Amino acid sequence: MAMSPAVTSAAPARWQDFVLLLKPRVMSLVVFTALTGLVCAGQPVDPVLGAVAVLCIAVGAGASGALNMWYDADIDAKMRRTRGRPVPAGRVQGADALALGVVLSLFSVMLMGMALNWLAAGLLAFTILFYAVVYTMWLKRSTAQNIVIGGLAGALPPVIGWAAAAGATPLNAWLLCAIIFMWTPPHFWALSLYTSDDYAKAGVPMMPLVAGAKSTRRQILVYSLLLAPVCIAPAFTGLGGVAYLTVSALGAAVFLLLAWRVFRSRAGDAPGDRGDGLYDVKVAAAAARNLFAFSILYLTLLFATLLVEHLAGWPALSLLG
Amino acid sequence: MSDPAGESDAAARARRGRNIAIALGLVAFVILIFIVTIVRLGGHVVERPF
Repeated sequence: MAMSPAVTSAAPARWQDFVLLLKPRVMSLVVFTALTGLVCAGQPVDPVLGAVAVLCIAVGAGASGALNMWYDADIDAKMRRTRGRPVPAGRVQGADALALGVVLSLFSVMLMGMALNWLAAGLLAFTILFYAVVYTMWLKRSTAQNIVIGGLAGALPPVIGWAAAAGATPLNAWLLCAIIFMWTPPHFWALSLYTSDDYAKAGVPMMPLVAGAKSTRRQILVYSLLLAPVCIAPAFTGLGGVAYLTVSALGAAVFLLLAWRVFRSRAGDAPGDRGDGLYDVKVAAAAARNLFAFSILYLTLLFATLLVEHLAGWPALSLLG
Repeated sequence: MSDPAGESDAAARARRGRNIAIALGLVAFVILIFIVTIVRLGGHVVERPF
Protein backbone atom coordinates (compact mmCIF):
# COMPACT_ATOMS: atom_id res chain seq x y z
CA MET A 1 0.00 0.00 0.00
CA ALA A 2 1.12 3.50 -0.71
CA MET A 3 1.91 5.51 2.36
CA SER A 4 1.69 9.25 2.54
CA PRO A 5 5.05 10.91 2.95
CA ALA A 6 5.94 12.28 6.34
CA VAL A 7 4.25 15.62 6.70
CA THR A 8 6.39 18.47 7.86
CA SER A 9 3.53 21.00 7.74
CA ALA A 10 5.42 23.88 6.19
CA ALA A 11 2.06 25.66 6.01
CA PRO A 12 -1.06 24.86 8.03
CA ALA A 13 -3.97 23.31 6.14
CA ARG A 14 -6.51 25.87 5.00
CA TRP A 15 -10.07 24.94 4.12
CA GLN A 16 -9.21 25.60 0.48
CA ASP A 17 -6.75 22.69 0.62
CA PHE A 18 -9.61 20.34 1.46
CA VAL A 19 -11.55 21.71 -1.51
CA LEU A 20 -8.53 20.92 -3.72
CA LEU A 21 -8.65 17.31 -2.47
CA LEU A 22 -12.00 17.01 -4.25
CA LYS A 23 -10.43 17.77 -7.67
CA PRO A 24 -12.83 20.62 -8.56
CA ARG A 25 -11.97 20.54 -12.29
CA VAL A 26 -12.83 16.84 -12.55
CA MET A 27 -15.98 17.53 -10.54
CA SER A 28 -17.10 20.15 -13.04
CA LEU A 29 -16.87 17.65 -15.93
CA VAL A 30 -18.72 15.04 -13.85
CA VAL A 31 -21.47 17.54 -13.02
CA PHE A 32 -21.84 18.40 -16.70
CA THR A 33 -22.11 14.79 -17.92
CA ALA A 34 -24.35 13.74 -15.02
CA LEU A 35 -26.68 16.67 -15.69
CA THR A 36 -26.84 15.65 -19.35
CA GLY A 37 -27.83 12.11 -18.36
CA LEU A 38 -30.43 13.43 -15.96
CA VAL A 39 -32.00 15.73 -18.58
CA CYS A 40 -31.80 13.17 -21.42
CA ALA A 41 -33.77 10.68 -19.30
CA GLY A 42 -36.82 12.74 -20.25
CA GLN A 43 -38.60 12.10 -16.96
CA PRO A 44 -40.13 14.95 -14.97
CA VAL A 45 -37.93 15.45 -11.92
CA ASP A 46 -38.50 17.99 -9.19
CA PRO A 47 -35.84 20.69 -9.77
CA VAL A 48 -34.73 20.47 -6.13
CA LEU A 49 -34.33 16.70 -6.28
CA GLY A 50 -32.56 17.01 -9.65
CA ALA A 51 -30.12 19.46 -8.10
CA VAL A 52 -29.62 17.13 -5.13
CA ALA A 53 -28.86 14.25 -7.51
CA VAL A 54 -26.22 16.28 -9.34
CA LEU A 55 -24.82 17.46 -6.00
CA CYS A 56 -24.55 13.85 -4.75
CA ILE A 57 -22.75 12.79 -7.93
CA ALA A 58 -20.40 15.77 -7.66
CA VAL A 59 -19.64 15.09 -3.99
CA GLY A 60 -19.18 11.38 -4.73
CA ALA A 61 -16.70 12.29 -7.47
CA GLY A 62 -14.94 14.62 -5.04
CA ALA A 63 -14.78 11.84 -2.46
CA SER A 64 -13.14 9.59 -5.05
CA GLY A 65 -10.62 12.36 -5.70
CA ALA A 66 -9.79 12.66 -2.00
CA LEU A 67 -9.34 8.87 -1.68
CA ASN A 68 -7.13 8.93 -4.79
CA MET A 69 -4.99 11.74 -3.37
CA TRP A 70 -4.64 9.89 -0.06
CA TYR A 71 -3.49 6.66 -1.70
CA ASP A 72 -1.38 8.18 -4.47
CA ALA A 73 0.50 10.73 -2.35
CA ASP A 74 3.78 8.88 -2.90
CA ILE A 75 3.59 8.95 -6.70
CA ASP A 76 1.99 12.40 -6.79
CA ALA A 77 5.08 13.72 -5.01
CA LYS A 78 7.27 12.52 -7.89
CA MET A 79 5.30 14.05 -10.75
CA ARG A 80 5.58 17.69 -11.77
CA ARG A 81 1.84 17.97 -12.52
CA THR A 82 0.78 16.65 -9.10
CA ARG A 83 3.51 17.40 -6.59
CA GLY A 84 1.81 20.63 -5.47
CA ARG A 85 -1.32 18.73 -4.34
CA PRO A 86 -2.19 19.22 -0.66
CA VAL A 87 -1.02 15.81 0.62
CA PRO A 88 2.37 15.48 -1.15
CA ALA A 89 3.02 19.18 -0.47
CA GLY A 90 2.58 18.45 3.24
CA ARG A 91 -0.33 20.82 3.84
CA VAL A 92 -2.87 18.05 4.56
CA GLN A 93 -2.27 14.80 6.43
CA GLY A 94 -2.96 11.64 4.41
CA ALA A 95 -5.30 10.39 7.15
CA ASP A 96 -7.36 13.58 6.88
CA ALA A 97 -7.73 13.10 3.11
CA LEU A 98 -8.82 9.50 3.73
CA ALA A 99 -11.36 10.59 6.36
CA LEU A 100 -12.78 13.27 4.08
CA GLY A 101 -13.10 10.78 1.22
CA VAL A 102 -14.85 8.14 3.33
CA VAL A 103 -17.25 10.59 5.00
CA LEU A 104 -18.24 12.29 1.74
CA SER A 105 -18.69 8.90 0.03
CA LEU A 106 -21.10 7.74 2.72
CA PHE A 107 -23.03 11.01 2.81
CA SER A 108 -23.38 11.28 -0.98
CA VAL A 109 -24.53 7.66 -1.45
CA MET A 110 -26.99 7.74 1.46
CA LEU A 111 -28.47 11.07 0.41
CA MET A 112 -28.83 9.87 -3.19
CA GLY A 113 -30.64 6.76 -1.98
CA MET A 114 -33.00 8.61 0.33
CA ALA A 115 -33.70 11.60 -1.92
CA LEU A 116 -33.80 9.92 -5.35
CA ASN A 117 -33.59 6.14 -5.59
CA TRP A 118 -31.34 3.27 -4.58
CA LEU A 119 -30.43 2.29 -8.14
CA ALA A 120 -28.72 5.65 -8.58
CA ALA A 121 -27.19 5.34 -5.09
CA GLY A 122 -25.87 1.85 -5.88
CA LEU A 123 -24.35 3.04 -9.15
CA LEU A 124 -22.75 5.98 -7.34
CA ALA A 125 -21.29 3.68 -4.68
CA PHE A 126 -19.98 1.36 -7.39
CA THR A 127 -18.38 4.28 -9.23
CA ILE A 128 -16.62 5.55 -6.10
CA LEU A 129 -15.37 2.07 -5.21
CA PHE A 130 -14.31 1.36 -8.78
CA TYR A 131 -12.26 4.57 -8.99
CA ALA A 132 -10.75 4.36 -5.51
CA VAL A 133 -10.11 0.62 -5.28
CA VAL A 134 -10.03 -0.92 -8.76
CA TYR A 135 -8.36 1.99 -10.58
CA THR A 136 -6.31 3.79 -7.93
CA MET A 137 -5.19 0.90 -5.74
CA TRP A 138 -4.91 -1.81 -8.36
CA LEU A 139 -4.89 -0.95 -12.07
CA LYS A 140 -2.97 2.33 -12.03
CA ARG A 141 0.25 0.80 -10.74
CA SER A 142 -0.01 -2.62 -12.33
CA THR A 143 -1.08 -2.44 -15.99
CA ALA A 144 -0.82 -0.25 -19.06
CA GLN A 145 -4.56 -0.83 -19.50
CA ASN A 146 -5.13 1.24 -16.33
CA ILE A 147 -6.92 4.14 -17.94
CA VAL A 148 -8.82 1.91 -20.39
CA ILE A 149 -10.55 -0.12 -17.66
CA GLY A 150 -10.43 2.64 -15.06
CA GLY A 151 -12.14 4.95 -17.54
CA LEU A 152 -15.40 3.26 -16.61
CA ALA A 153 -15.48 5.31 -13.39
CA GLY A 154 -15.36 8.54 -15.36
CA ALA A 155 -17.93 7.23 -17.84
CA LEU A 156 -20.65 6.31 -15.34
CA PRO A 157 -21.89 9.76 -14.13
CA PRO A 158 -24.40 10.21 -17.02
CA VAL A 159 -25.79 6.74 -16.23
CA ILE A 160 -26.15 7.73 -12.57
CA GLY A 161 -27.89 10.95 -13.58
CA TRP A 162 -30.23 9.01 -15.87
CA ALA A 163 -30.97 6.48 -13.11
CA ALA A 164 -31.64 9.28 -10.63
CA ALA A 165 -34.28 10.76 -12.94
CA ALA A 166 -35.85 7.64 -14.38
CA GLY A 167 -35.09 4.88 -11.87
CA ALA A 168 -33.80 2.81 -14.79
CA THR A 169 -30.82 2.67 -17.12
CA PRO A 170 -31.93 2.02 -20.71
CA LEU A 171 -29.60 1.47 -23.64
CA ASN A 172 -29.30 5.19 -24.41
CA ALA A 173 -27.93 5.83 -20.90
CA TRP A 174 -25.22 3.25 -21.51
CA LEU A 175 -24.53 4.82 -24.90
CA LEU A 176 -23.53 8.04 -23.09
CA CYS A 177 -21.33 5.90 -20.86
CA ALA A 178 -19.78 4.22 -23.93
CA ILE A 179 -18.92 7.59 -25.48
CA ILE A 180 -16.85 8.65 -22.45
CA PHE A 181 -15.41 5.15 -22.04
CA MET A 182 -14.14 5.02 -25.64
CA TRP A 183 -13.01 8.65 -25.52
CA THR A 184 -10.79 8.14 -22.47
CA PRO A 185 -7.91 6.10 -24.02
CA PRO A 186 -7.10 8.44 -26.94
CA HIS A 187 -7.55 11.44 -24.63
CA PHE A 188 -5.17 10.21 -21.92
CA TRP A 189 -2.67 8.53 -24.21
CA ALA A 190 -2.32 11.73 -26.23
CA LEU A 191 -1.44 13.48 -22.97
CA SER A 192 0.86 10.70 -21.79
CA LEU A 193 2.84 10.80 -25.07
CA TYR A 194 4.37 14.07 -23.93
CA THR A 195 4.26 13.57 -20.16
CA SER A 196 5.63 10.03 -20.03
CA ASP A 197 8.86 11.16 -18.35
CA ASP A 198 6.73 12.28 -15.40
CA TYR A 199 4.99 8.89 -15.24
CA ALA A 200 8.36 7.11 -15.57
CA LYS A 201 9.68 8.95 -12.52
CA ALA A 202 6.62 7.83 -10.56
CA GLY A 203 6.76 4.25 -11.87
CA VAL A 204 3.24 4.40 -13.34
CA PRO A 205 3.02 1.98 -16.29
CA MET A 206 1.40 4.28 -18.83
CA MET A 207 1.11 2.90 -22.35
CA PRO A 208 4.05 4.83 -23.92
CA LEU A 209 6.38 3.47 -21.22
CA VAL A 210 5.23 -0.14 -21.52
CA ALA A 211 4.45 -0.54 -25.23
CA GLY A 212 6.44 2.38 -26.60
CA ALA A 213 5.41 5.61 -28.28
CA LYS A 214 4.88 4.05 -31.72
CA SER A 215 2.46 1.42 -30.39
CA THR A 216 0.65 4.10 -28.36
CA ARG A 217 0.19 6.28 -31.45
CA ARG A 218 -1.24 3.28 -33.32
CA GLN A 219 -3.60 2.45 -30.45
CA ILE A 220 -4.77 6.07 -30.30
CA LEU A 221 -5.74 5.81 -33.97
CA VAL A 222 -7.53 2.48 -33.44
CA TYR A 223 -9.50 3.79 -30.46
CA SER A 224 -10.35 6.96 -32.38
CA LEU A 225 -11.74 4.85 -35.23
CA LEU A 226 -13.88 2.96 -32.71
CA LEU A 227 -14.90 6.17 -30.94
CA ALA A 228 -16.31 7.90 -34.03
CA PRO A 229 -19.32 5.58 -34.64
CA VAL A 230 -20.07 5.41 -30.91
CA CYS A 231 -20.27 9.22 -30.77
CA ILE A 232 -22.54 9.41 -33.81
CA ALA A 233 -24.75 6.51 -32.65
CA PRO A 234 -27.13 8.61 -30.45
CA ALA A 235 -28.48 10.19 -33.65
CA PHE A 236 -29.66 6.70 -34.64
CA THR A 237 -31.19 5.64 -31.34
CA GLY A 238 -33.65 8.45 -30.66
CA LEU A 239 -31.33 10.31 -28.30
CA GLY A 240 -29.79 13.02 -30.51
CA GLY A 241 -31.28 15.29 -33.17
CA VAL A 242 -30.04 17.04 -36.30
CA ALA A 243 -27.74 19.34 -34.34
CA TYR A 244 -26.22 16.38 -32.54
CA LEU A 245 -25.70 14.45 -35.77
CA THR A 246 -23.95 17.47 -37.30
CA VAL A 247 -21.72 18.18 -34.30
CA SER A 248 -20.82 14.54 -33.68
CA ALA A 249 -20.04 13.78 -37.33
CA LEU A 250 -17.98 16.91 -37.97
CA GLY A 251 -16.20 16.53 -34.64
CA ALA A 252 -15.46 12.88 -35.35
CA ALA A 253 -13.90 13.88 -38.67
CA VAL A 254 -11.63 16.41 -36.96
CA PHE A 255 -10.84 13.91 -34.17
CA LEU A 256 -9.83 11.28 -36.74
CA LEU A 257 -7.72 13.78 -38.65
CA LEU A 258 -5.86 14.77 -35.48
CA ALA A 259 -5.45 11.11 -34.47
CA TRP A 260 -4.03 10.38 -37.92
CA ARG A 261 -1.56 13.24 -37.48
CA VAL A 262 -0.51 11.79 -34.11
CA PHE A 263 -0.07 8.39 -35.79
CA ARG A 264 2.19 9.94 -38.42
CA SER A 265 4.10 12.08 -35.93
CA ARG A 266 7.11 11.32 -33.74
CA ALA A 267 5.28 12.34 -30.57
CA GLY A 268 6.68 10.56 -27.55
CA ASP A 269 9.82 9.30 -29.32
CA ALA A 270 12.10 11.71 -27.48
CA PRO A 271 11.85 12.22 -23.73
CA GLY A 272 11.24 15.72 -22.45
CA ASP A 273 8.73 16.75 -25.13
CA ARG A 274 6.93 18.87 -22.61
CA GLY A 275 7.56 22.44 -21.53
CA ASP A 276 6.43 24.06 -18.31
CA GLY A 277 2.69 24.13 -18.96
CA LEU A 278 0.26 21.31 -19.74
CA TYR A 279 -0.17 22.53 -23.32
CA ASP A 280 3.42 23.75 -23.73
CA VAL A 281 5.17 21.12 -25.84
CA LYS A 282 8.00 20.86 -28.34
CA VAL A 283 7.23 20.63 -32.05
CA ALA A 284 7.44 16.82 -32.19
CA ALA A 285 4.65 16.48 -29.64
CA ALA A 286 2.42 19.22 -31.03
CA ALA A 287 0.16 16.67 -32.76
CA ALA A 288 -0.43 14.85 -29.46
CA ARG A 289 -1.07 18.13 -27.67
CA ASN A 290 -3.59 19.16 -30.35
CA LEU A 291 -5.50 15.88 -30.08
CA PHE A 292 -5.52 16.13 -26.27
CA ALA A 293 -6.93 19.66 -26.40
CA PHE A 294 -9.50 18.85 -29.09
CA SER A 295 -10.65 15.71 -27.28
CA ILE A 296 -11.80 17.86 -24.35
CA LEU A 297 -13.61 20.25 -26.68
CA TYR A 298 -15.25 17.39 -28.59
CA LEU A 299 -16.63 15.66 -25.49
CA THR A 300 -17.89 18.98 -24.17
CA LEU A 301 -19.61 19.78 -27.47
CA LEU A 302 -21.26 16.36 -27.68
CA PHE A 303 -22.81 16.57 -24.24
CA ALA A 304 -23.64 20.28 -24.54
CA THR A 305 -25.49 19.63 -27.80
CA LEU A 306 -27.51 16.81 -26.25
CA LEU A 307 -28.26 18.99 -23.25
CA VAL A 308 -29.45 21.92 -25.39
CA GLU A 309 -31.53 19.68 -27.66
CA HIS A 310 -33.36 18.10 -24.74
CA LEU A 311 -33.82 21.33 -22.77
CA ALA A 312 -35.11 23.12 -25.86
CA GLY A 313 -37.34 20.19 -26.78
CA TRP A 314 -35.85 19.78 -30.24
CA PRO A 315 -36.97 16.54 -31.88
CA ALA A 316 -34.59 13.61 -31.81
CA LEU A 317 -33.78 11.66 -34.91
CA SER A 318 -34.48 7.97 -34.95
CA LEU A 319 -32.81 6.86 -38.11
CA LEU A 320 -33.12 3.21 -37.16
CA GLY A 321 -36.86 3.63 -36.76
CA MET B 1 -0.31 36.49 19.22
CA SER B 2 0.54 32.83 19.86
CA ASP B 3 -1.48 30.65 22.22
CA PRO B 4 0.02 28.75 25.19
CA ALA B 5 0.15 25.51 23.19
CA GLY B 6 2.64 27.15 20.87
CA GLU B 7 0.30 27.44 17.89
CA SER B 8 1.38 30.20 15.53
CA ASP B 9 -0.99 32.92 14.37
CA ALA B 10 -1.06 31.44 10.88
CA ALA B 11 -1.96 28.00 12.24
CA ALA B 12 -4.67 29.48 14.47
CA ARG B 13 -6.15 31.40 11.53
CA ALA B 14 -6.10 28.28 9.36
CA ARG B 15 -7.77 26.22 12.11
CA ARG B 16 -10.45 28.87 12.58
CA GLY B 17 -11.09 28.87 8.81
CA ARG B 18 -11.40 25.08 8.79
CA ASN B 19 -13.80 25.12 11.74
CA ILE B 20 -16.01 27.74 10.09
CA ALA B 21 -16.01 25.72 6.85
CA ILE B 22 -17.09 22.56 8.73
CA ALA B 23 -19.81 24.49 10.56
CA LEU B 24 -21.15 25.97 7.32
CA GLY B 25 -21.01 22.53 5.68
CA LEU B 26 -23.03 20.96 8.50
CA VAL B 27 -25.62 23.75 8.49
CA ALA B 28 -25.96 23.44 4.71
CA PHE B 29 -26.41 19.67 5.07
CA VAL B 30 -29.14 20.08 7.69
CA ILE B 31 -30.97 22.61 5.50
CA LEU B 32 -30.60 20.29 2.52
CA ILE B 33 -32.10 17.34 4.41
CA PHE B 34 -34.97 19.56 5.57
CA ILE B 35 -35.73 20.74 2.03
CA VAL B 36 -35.49 17.21 0.60
CA THR B 37 -37.87 15.97 3.28
CA ILE B 38 -40.42 18.67 2.46
CA VAL B 39 -40.13 18.03 -1.27
CA ARG B 40 -40.38 14.25 -0.92
CA LEU B 41 -43.28 14.26 1.51
CA GLY B 42 -45.04 17.35 0.20
CA GLY B 43 -48.27 18.08 2.05
CA HIS B 44 -48.08 14.75 3.86
CA VAL B 45 -45.28 16.12 6.04
CA VAL B 46 -47.86 17.47 8.51
CA GLU B 47 -49.88 14.25 8.71
CA ARG B 48 -49.54 12.32 11.95
CA PRO B 49 -50.58 8.69 12.57
CA PHE B 50 -52.05 9.71 15.95
